[in-house]
Amino acid sequence: MDPLMRRAIITGLLGGAAVIHIGLIGMIDAFQSRDTIADVLTLGALLPILIALLIGWRSGGPMRAPHIIPTGRRAVALGALGGGTTGLVITALALFTTTIDVRWILSNASPSLAEELWYGQGAALGSVLVIVVSAAAGAAGAALHVIPGTIARALTVGGITAILVALMEPFVVAVLRNIGLRFLEGIFYAQGGLTLIGFVLVFAITAAGTYAWATRGRETKQRVAAMPPDRRRTGKLVVYFVLTAFLLVLPQIVGSRLSEVVGTVGLYILLGLGLNIVVGFAGLLDLGYVAFYAVGAYTTAVLTSAASPAFSPELPFFGALPFVIVAAMLIGLMVGTPVLRLRGDYLAIVTLGFGEIARILFLSAWAQPLVGGAQGILSVPPPIPFGRDPQSIYYPILFFCILAAVAARSLQGSRVGRAWNAMREDESVAEATGINTVTYKLLAFGLGAAFGCISGALFATKIGTVFPVSFDLLVSINALALIILGGMGNIAGVIVGALVLVGLPELLREFSEFRLLIYGMVLVTMMLLRPEGLLPSRSRRAELHEREDAEDQYEDEAGEETGQPVVTT
Amino acid sequence: MPVRRSRLNFVNLFLWVLGGSILALAAFGAFLTIQQGRLSGDQWQTLIVAGIALGSVYALLALGYTLVYGILFMINFAHGEVFMWGAFTAYFAATALNNAGMMASNPILAFVLVLATAMLVSMLVAVMLERIAYRPLRGAPRLVPLITAIGASLTLQYTARGFYGSGVRAYPDFTLFDGSIALGPVGMTVKQFVVIASAITIMVLLYLFINNTRTGRAMRAVSEDKDVAAMMGINVDRIIVTTFAIGGLLAGAAGILYTLLFNQVHFFMGFLPGIKAFTAAVLGGIGNVIGAALGGLTLGILESLGPNLLLTGYGIPAPNQLKDVIAFSVLVLVLIFRPAGFLGRKENV
Repeated sequence: MDPLMRRAIITGLLGGAAVIHIGLIGMIDAFQSRDTIADVLTLGALLPILIALLIGWRSGGPMRAPHIIPTGRRAVALGALGGGTTGLVITALALFTTTIDVRWILSNASPSLAEELWYGQGAALGSVLVIVVSAAAGAAGAALHVIPGTIARALTVGGITAILVALMEPFVVAVLRNIGLRFLEGIFYAQGGLTLIGFVLVFAITAAGTYAWATRGRETKQRVAAMPPDRRRTGKLVVYFVLTAFLLVLPQIVGSRLSEVVGTVGLYILLGLGLNIVVGFAGLLDLGYVAFYAVGAYTTAVLTSAASPAFSPELPFFGALPFVIVAAMLIGLMVGTPVLRLRGDYLAIVTLGFGEIARILFLSAWAQPLVGGAQGILSVPPPIPFGRDPQSIYYPILFFCILAAVAARSLQGSRVGRAWNAMREDESVAEATGINTVTYKLLAFGLGAAFGCISGALFATKIGTVFPVSFDLLVSINALALIILGGMGNIAGVIVGALVLVGLPELLREFSEFRLLIYGMVLVTMMLLRPEGLLPSRSRRAELHEREDAEDQYEDEAGEETGQPVVTT
Repeated sequence: MPVRRSRLNFVNLFLWVLGGSILALAAFGAFLTIQQGRLSGDQWQTLIVAGIALGSVYALLALGYTLVYGILFMINFAHGEVFMWGAFTAYFAATALNNAGMMASNPILAFVLVLATAMLVSMLVAVMLERIAYRPLRGAPRLVPLITAIGASLTLQYTARGFYGSGVRAYPDFTLFDGSIALGPVGMTVKQFVVIASAITIMVLLYLFINNTRTGRAMRAVSEDKDVAAMMGINVDRIIVTTFAIGGLLAGAAGILYTLLFNQVHFFMGFLPGIKAFTAAVLGGIGNVIGAALGGLTLGILESLGPNLLLTGYGIPAPNQLKDVIAFSVLVLVLIFRPAGFLGRKENV
């Protein structure tokens, strides 16, 4: 068979497998209740279409071995073939769930899933419709290769933005209300999603904006670069000023419920910045990071709460903070010392062990007299006298986030940061050049612990209570996932990662059930496709693509690819 | 560089003092417990037998870690999830057979069928894992496959949760294995006996396979040196897949044996046994097959005996809550004192 067609069919089958997966874990059913475009398209119906689109995009794209680039109508037809194959699999899934009852094993393989897959149209019409829609989506995906690149990019950005804006309805609506643009709400949003007009408008505006930036962006950049240095500095200052002003009024703009979300995102930014020092800068994969978060929270609770069981000096928050940081740094050194000689993967498991030890100890009856066991510690006072409502607790969190970001940034460029960098890239070479790896590793653990414990301390005061259940492995995984999504070793990446992985699921309640599944997939997909993260630091990108670049070069020289994966130890 | 050496010595000194004091505390605790005579000889025996049964499950799992590590030098972090999928499959197979009445009419065949389906599904999961998540990343920086493995582990866990629900499901009873049995002076339940006997059989088979078959020889060759093995005409990719498949088969067997002991399945059940089995593999010397079996047994006995033996002497309340702390402390101590494990090669660490 023609290799391109074969690839289209295989890709289509993979897409079908993806739809089966999300269908059987209940994602389609759960997302059925959220409209993307009111009364037209639910998120549950959109997901299979998006998958078909992606499949079409893959099927119609250039092929590596043998090297063929399908063009024009042929590419579109291949996309339709791929998407259509996915549609066939979806039909098969729907037929399967209506004919054979396996609900005692797979609780979601029910006729209602079939109904959703068939857009509620019944078996005959629904099957035809699914295949046609999937094929069309596949063709559209492949067409992105055919049309000029700038337009394709504009359309993609427009589509993604429109879907995101639709999903972020509660957020956008709250903002519109608080800044007095309430009338817009009626135009854009119907109950639960964008209106059709709203969707088209958002799509058109962002697509046009992206197109304009793609065609004119370079000129603007050049003009900025050509500006005299003092004007550029003023420009930078203006940007910082606007950003600061925006951050200061943010809780007032978004309202109380969303301030809560923003606060949580802030805590994870702090955690991410700390873990980023250990993992991103120093290259030590720490899976027990939650231990520092827990130590921070518990030490704060013991020192500040009046309800602390054994020892309660009832210090004010900022009086307790130095002790908290010292305690966490000591724990950091204690965890760091035994693992000094271990290589990356051992280190990960041992630190994970430490994290679990911390959780079990805080939960145990043995430590109950000091930290309250499963009952935890109650009534931790807020950090500032104004109270604990999300809008005021936002400010201490913001303060520490900015402090941490500045600290991380100056560390990155300092002698210490460069030593970490060298150590991460090659420990033996770093040692040979005179870097004391013991000191720098312990320094990374200690500083990472300090950041993590501040986050924990703020968490304790934000919630007002401390329970051992809040400190399981998932906190560590969460922090790890966000720095990997954003880009290891990069501070802006941490912020983006926290917004996407912590902020979005908080806003979309339907997602929360699948949150960890999505984290897992994010970790795998990022490592496979873009190990440097969404916003990579330049050196990290170079490091991770070194091998590919070398391979590409080799391929160019050899003229063709052998098709064999390179096996290296 | 005299300065650096002295500092490392300081670190070593600190570690030895730390490890030494933990060991001393443990020994003193054991002394106190025995002196106070809290448990009778029979109770100790029961604990040891339970520990051996648990340890043989750990050993089967540890073999999966060790085999993969021996060849790829990576920790298959998702191995615990392969085990969990086996246990779930066994649950559904057992329930189906139970409903069909086969469990009552032909219990031995039913058990074999359940074991076979569980092992098969675990094998498929392990092979898929290798194909999708690990193979494309061979040769990438070390942290990359490890992070992928963590992601794969989460994905497998929460896929199981989505498919099968988040509740704890109780196993149908294998009436065949009710009651208890006496081996000489040592009494144990039939279930424990079945678990220990099956695990030993499987491990002996594996040992014979690795030492006496062509594929086994190829596996050993690849773990010695991949490049040379490839030059000798061994298909390295296929051997790697085989290794994952064998690891999966063992994990599937471990899955059903574990549920035989604890009688329930849950989507999160693979996490702790997975980590403990890794500890067992390190304890025995990672990359070493016999070491993994030894490490598993040691860890099982320590976990079962440890809380009562080492902690009750100090009057610590509810010592069994701390059994996982003991397992993890073992890991830390091994890595401090003998990172190569009982039987491991030094250069692997």
